[in-house]
Amino acid sequence: MHIFANPARFLQIARPLTGWCGWIGAVLVVAGLGGGLVLTPPDYLQGETVRILYLHVPSAWLGMAGWGGIAVASLMELVWRHPLAGIAARAVALPGAVFTAICLATGSIWGRPTWGTWWEWDGRLTSMLVLLFVYIAYIALAGAEADRGGQGRIAAIFGIVGVVNLPIIHFSVLWWRTLHQGESIGVTGSTIAGSILWPLPVALLGFTALFAAIVLMRMRAMLARQKVEARLRRMGADA
Amino acid sequence: MSQWPFVIAAYALAGGATLTLTLVSLVQMRKAERAAEGLKRR
Repeated sequence: MHIFANPARFLQIARPLTGWCGWIGAVLVVAGLGGGLVLTPPDYLQGETVRILYLHVPSAWLGMAGWGGIAVASLMELVWRHPLAGIAARAVALPGAVFTAICLATGSIWGRPTWGTWWEWDGRLTSMLVLLFVYIAYIALAGAEADRGGQGRIAAIFGIVGVVNLPIIHFSVLWWRTLHQGESIGVTGSTIAGSILWPLPVALLGFTALFAAIVLMRMRAMLARQKVEARLRRMGADA
Repeated sequence: MSQWPFVIAAYALAGGATLTLTLVSLVQMRKAERAAEGLKRR
């Protein structure tokens, strides 16, 4: 991991990787969602709304994995002072927040015809909403710290503390009696029929690759902006 | 009650948000890298 902490070396790898992740992600997302919309049968209980699963599960995964990434990058920033770690954490924050919002919105749209309600204050839904607020707070904190010329330590500490919410989200369906169903896919197998399940891993992989491409693009933009600022400072000092 | 309007709304919302996020990130990256490259040439 330390090898990639050098921005020049990172850019050497990130430039080709951005395109690869973006195109592979786009193709898999179109294949997964297209298959989920057209090729799979409706569920015997949920009917057509089961197709929302192919959006809802990947966005939930990315919302949670995104914060996991922020926590790891924040830890690296605090412990090893890697110049790229803070940039990576800040680059993940916005897409993580967007996918958390997509998860909440698609879940709500699914809930109306299935549960008869747009929203229910149950453990899973509420802890996911808390994750969205934590993302927004992190973005605001990191922005404010950068404006004041800080080194990103407060945002990094917040990034690590916020990880507490992830096990709460994961185990919420076991700890509390909730409207949200329990785990349908586990290590040992799935309770979802194969004819309905197959587009899910395709969409999941696709959205993950697309998320990686978005994060890489945001990291490259942040690095380029830093380079411009440093050069302008040097030019100002020389003049 | 037809369930398709809910499915279409979910796909439109998620697709639109993902596409917007991707395009905005791409444009911002291109703009920032072009600015850095332009400054390097000066």
